[in-house]
Amino acid sequence: MTAAVSLDRVSCTFGTGAQAVRAVDSVDLNIDAGEFFTLLGPSGSGKTTVLRMIGGFTLPSSGRVLIGGQDVSQQPPYARPVNTVFQDYALFPHMSVRDNVAYPLMVRKAPRAEREAKADKLLTLVQLPGVGSRRPAQLSGGQRQRVALARALISEPQVLLLDEPLGALDLKLREQMQSELKTLQRRLGITFLFITHDQHEALSMSDRIGVFNQGRLEQVGTPQQVYDTPTTRFVAQFVGAANVLQGDAAQRLTGAACAMLRPERITLGPQAGAKAEGQVSEVQYFGSFTRLKVSTWGTSVQADLPTGSAHVAPPLGATVHLHWDAGAVHALAAN
Amino acid sequence: MAGTVSTPASPSAHIGVPMGLSRRLSDLLYTRRGLLLLALLGPVLLWFGVIYLGSLFALLANAFFRLDDFTGQVVREFGFSNFVALLEPANLDSARRTVVMAIAVTLACTVLAFPLAYYMARHARGAQKAALYIAVMLPLWSSYLVRLYAWKLLLAKEGAISWLAQQLHAQWLLDTLLATPAIGGPSLSFSTMGTFIVFVYMWLPFMVLPIMAAIERIPVSTLEASADLGARPAQTFRSVILPLALPGVAAGSIFTFSLTLGDYIIPQVIGDSTLYIGQIVYRQQGVAGNIPFAAAFSLVPIVVIGIYLWLAKRKGAFDAL
Repeated sequence: MTAAVSLDRVSCTFGTGAQAVRAVDSVDLNIDAGEFFTLLGPSGSGKTTVLRMIGGFTLPSSGRVLIGGQDVSQQPPYARPVNTVFQDYALFPHMSVRDNVAYPLMVRKAPRAEREAKADKLLTLVQLPGVGSRRPAQLSGGQRQRVALARALISEPQVLLLDEPLGALDLKLREQMQSELKTLQRRLGITFLFITHDQHEALSMSDRIGVFNQGRLEQVGTPQQVYDTPTTRFVAQFVGAANVLQGDAAQRLTGAACAMLRPERITLGPQAGAKAEGQVSEVQYFGSFTRLKVSTWGTSVQADLPTGSAHVAPPLGATVHLHWDAGAVHALAAN
Repeated sequence: MAGTVSTPASPSAHIGVPMGLSRRLSDLLYTRRGLLLLALLGPVLLWFGVIYLGSLFALLANAFFRLDDFTGQVVREFGFSNFVALLEPANLDSARRTVVMAIAVTLACTVLAFPLAYYMARHARGAQKAALYIAVMLPLWSSYLVRLYAWKLLLAKEGAISWLAQQLHAQWLLDTLLATPAIGGPSLSFSTMGTFIVFVYMWLPFMVLPIMAAIERIPVSTLEASADLGARPAQTFRSVILPLALPGVAAGSIFTFSLTLGDYIIPQVIGDSTLYIGQIVYRQQGVAGNIPFAAAFSLVPIVVIGIYLWLAKRKGAFDAL
């Protein structure tokens, strides 16, 4: 089956000579049709540049960009069957909400009655019925975001690009939009390409995640794969908290030079059968769990204890014994 | 000892700084914001109210008085004789002529300024942009009269433009243009056409800069969004850039319109001896000593500009400034 979006050894370099910055470094990526794919990574990791190359706002320095099997690498944005929801929504301030949503149809010369009816239908789809005659300046951030979404969906693109669309929203609204976007995507069946630096967002919404670091794609996989079996140290530490062990400890536990242990897999128990022993150096309360930092093996190991477990959080300086099951430790590629 | 500080709380006493006179004054201005505002705005408002508005009203009050033909003195009796005189054909003609010129100059400046402003806002970068900025502003650094007389020389029958036309064997073109009724004349420097050209030159920077500011204010993401949604560059220009630049055009037009409406020097130096509003006011208050009539005539541009500003405000010009 043809991939919805395909990147073939795509690179993007800004600037020349000594100041050249390799924003994207030879990325290979295949995104399936109807998939919710997330590009995850810290600021400056190249994920936005990749999105802009797919959208057509930046041209790749080398490699090919294919959409639905067609090579669109050099095509301008208006020629690509892709629409974008921008980080700042980019609504047209001089047009009403309805005209904003109907814009793609107006550009394609659809008759007024038809495009206004469709715009109203889409506004209902994003749960904003009745705001059609208002101006963007009169809407809240969350409402503007939905209008931007409706505008991007009205022309039924093959792929929808979302550039950190939830960044400006407060936590509750963000969580609500996350589940709404996921439901919308399932319902419409359009391929969604979502950018975020928030790993919780990525884990909860995606079918697959691509983790970026300094212009390179480090790992592609389902959320479970990326979380349980990260391939590199960066992925292990970026997606969720991780205890990264090296040297003797890692060798002893997994036979590899580098290993990872997730804090929530550690429990406190009696001395018998304990895998490690140490002193509590820090205690942090997070509501649903308590985070302990334990000094052991010459380093600090983090353990997340769920609230309501039989053990009360031990005081600072107390000696504790750490337990985990065999499969909790995972070997990482040394990098 | 907390709790013994008297209200209003003195910031300096609170932090233990010695309380000299200047310190006390500084605290007072800090705690009483209104006082600070008064101190800053007071002198300016006083100047504005007394010297500017006051003298303006003193002049305009004269519009209701009249000049005694026999004694040449101003008779301070309330009347409308000046306004009746305004309605004479010669005066109406002059008012109409001036307004038409102002509108024409505004339109021409818009058409000429827009491409330049667009290029400066969207495509010029770094050194090139700085150079263009300077090029647009540079004429304003020289004297108005110097620029005016330079143009007089350029437009004269023996001037550079005429010479250029001869070299290109296009003298016939120039002659045909000058033969146009009502706006032509013996040479460019003695015709309404010439007046128009110089007006456009003088006020062009005032139109370029607001338009450029308005276009620069459009976020790049808005233009990218338009392209992303299927609009080709021409469509993006029509649907997004032009409407958002319009407040800038309105702002610039305030300058070009009002400056043309009141100007009395340019038509004097480069014109066909028909009179504009400014010239009539100048003559009436000068040689004729007919201050009442001059004042009445001054009300004409004030009213016209008042209406224009109201229209421009509705178009969003004041947001663009």
